[in-house]
Amino acid sequence: MTTGSLSGVPSWARLPRRHVPVLATLALLLVMYGIGVSQYRAFSNVQVVFNVFIDNGFLLVIAVGMTFVILTGGIDLSVGSVAAMTAMVSAWLLQSGLPALPVLVIALLIGPTLGFLMGCAIHFFDIQPFIVTLAGMFFARGMCTFISNASIPITDGFWTTMSQYRIGDPRGNFVSVSVLVAFAVVLVAAYVLAYTRLGRNVYAIGGNPQSALLMGLPLGRTRIAVYTISGLCAAIGGILLSFYTLSGAPLIGVGMELDVIAAVVIGGTVLTGGSGYVFGTVLGVLVLGVIQTLITFDGGLNSWWTKIVIGGLLFAFILLQRLIGIRYK
Amino acid sequence: MSDNHRFRALLGHRLFWPVAVLVVMLAANTAYRPGFLSIEVNNGHLYGTPIDILRLSAPLILVALGMTLVISTGGIDLSVGSICAISGAIACLYISKAPDQNDLGMVLTALAMALGVALVLGAWNGVLVSIIGIQPIIATLILMVAGRGLAQLVTAGQIITINSDPYRAIGLGHFLTLPLAIFIALGAALLVAAVTRRTALGMIIESVGGNREASRLAGIRSSRVVFLVYVVSAGCAAIAGFMMTANVSSADGNAAGLWVELDAILAVVIGGTSLAGGRFYLSGTILGALIIQTLTTSVYAMNISPQTALLFKAVVVIAVCLIQAPAFRAKFRRRRRGTPTRQPSPPQRQKEEVTA
Repeated sequence: MTTGSLSGVPSWARLPRRHVPVLATLALLLVMYGIGVSQYRAFSNVQVVFNVFIDNGFLLVIAVGMTFVILTGGIDLSVGSVAAMTAMVSAWLLQSGLPALPVLVIALLIGPTLGFLMGCAIHFFDIQPFIVTLAGMFFARGMCTFISNASIPITDGFWTTMSQYRIGDPRGNFVSVSVLVAFAVVLVAAYVLAYTRLGRNVYAIGGNPQSALLMGLPLGRTRIAVYTISGLCAAIGGILLSFYTLSGAPLIGVGMELDVIAAVVIGGTVLTGGSGYVFGTVLGVLVLGVIQTLITFDGGLNSWWTKIVIGGLLFAFILLQRLIGIRYK
Repeated sequence: MSDNHRFRALLGHRLFWPVAVLVVMLAANTAYRPGFLSIEVNNGHLYGTPIDILRLSAPLILVALGMTLVISTGGIDLSVGSICAISGAIACLYISKAPDQNDLGMVLTALAMALGVALVLGAWNGVLVSIIGIQPIIATLILMVAGRGLAQLVTAGQIITINSDPYRAIGLGHFLTLPLAIFIALGAALLVAAVTRRTALGMIIESVGGNREASRLAGIRSSRVVFLVYVVSAGCAAIAGFMMTANVSSADGNAAGLWVELDAILAVVIGGTSLAGGRFYLSGTILGALIIQTLTTSVYAMNISPQTALLFKAVVVIAVCLIQAPAFRAKFRRRRRGTPTRQPSPPQRQKEEVTA
């Protein structure tokens, strides 16, 4: 489905409305990049684009998980804290002398476990996702400081290699390992959503839970699955974050869940669920990244303009979704 | 039999569990620190931990009051924290530029101006939700993200420090031996309660939350009601913002009111108001706010870092939500008694996560 939005006229002609938000995001991204290139000579450097990916690889992975949750009509506020907790636990375990492999396994298990528990609470006890994941967010963030009040540096060989390894072309442009991991996650997620039973169930439940249930689709299993997936993505994001910063800090990624939600919405996924693509989410993350790059290049603008611009874009895209009326109640 | 019945009625009362949690917390605190509940008179003012809890919970009570009304219409207002920051920043900026910071008239002008801006922001939220018809969580997310930026824009990224006695009084002043903040919060609570419970307005709000379309067909101007609750919520947030900045005599666009929206939502939920809308309990909300503040204060008192307090908050949130969740209660009841004498009320069908 993600490729469908790009590949050909037929599917686009059949379902124009579904693709309008993604195409609008793509257009916006190109316009923003065009502005950057026309204003600053260094902006046309390929490495600028690569840097956007390098700086936002972890955000991309987390946003992919959030896309699953939002497609079912839920929301996961815990992702930023879970990512921080994953980085924190990794740093702490490495510091206490555990080898890299078991640390990686343990760190990658925490997120999905928490996600699974939250999914169960949401499904079996009928508590709103908003509240359950809010508690999850508090829990994970509390665990961060419970482990340590200060930032823990990572000196482990595997981690530093992963952090510094450059995959480049002969002209000196490079990407980090995180970017490859992020791309792998994006591809797997796009495949799952477009071609598997789970993906179909996710769209069906987001479209109309009652109908999905009547059709015999496994409502509970799917709902629990998406929160587990989101937790897994947050955990992978946390690992990438620890590659990026080479430390675990208790206050890292505060408010990241909002950036992630903003990226998903700007990427054209409708928050009532049922409509959206992983490809759109990639574009949404890129839009956020390019805004930040533009503001850094400008130098005169302060960082708070990022927030104001993101707010403005959110408004514009929500208005667009509203105007073309895709499944908005 | 009658006693048993009365006990069950008490147990089923919607305020029973919040009160029980609060009492347990206070008892645990007293056990840990015997002087916890003592109040002393100093300089004609009352001092003591319970007074502190009341004073510090005042901003949260204000925000949560507005949030209760918003949630009862089936909405949610994520922007209150940003509105706190913006209103505090504007008031402090105006005061910091004044020649005489202790001029009462000038302070009142600053407050009126900041309140005016907050009401405009509330109206913006209201228009997005009621007229354009955007999902509340998203409509207010816009201002939550952009509002922080705006607050930092107002303060130019600095922390504005002021030295104004009338302004400080909002947070730290005393009236009738008690902190002024308590009276402001109490006044706001009584005002909201009087307007919603002594007139039909409360029921109108609940009917809009229950089914907006149906109440519109019944002759209620639904859009106008929805619009109004967001304006009221922003107004409450603005006053809370004054208190927060007055407490520290400075405005920090980045930190003022951070996460207060989440605390406010928790207070509302703990108080028994469903996030699906259609019912609201102001007394429950106030209790919820007190529980959250008591928890925070007691965690601080045990020398645990503020961030770790979140861990305890998470546990309390889940506990209270589980206790109140009809599905959880039904499961629990079925397990305890093979054949229930009185059928537990069927789990309320939640509206399909419109709010979520």
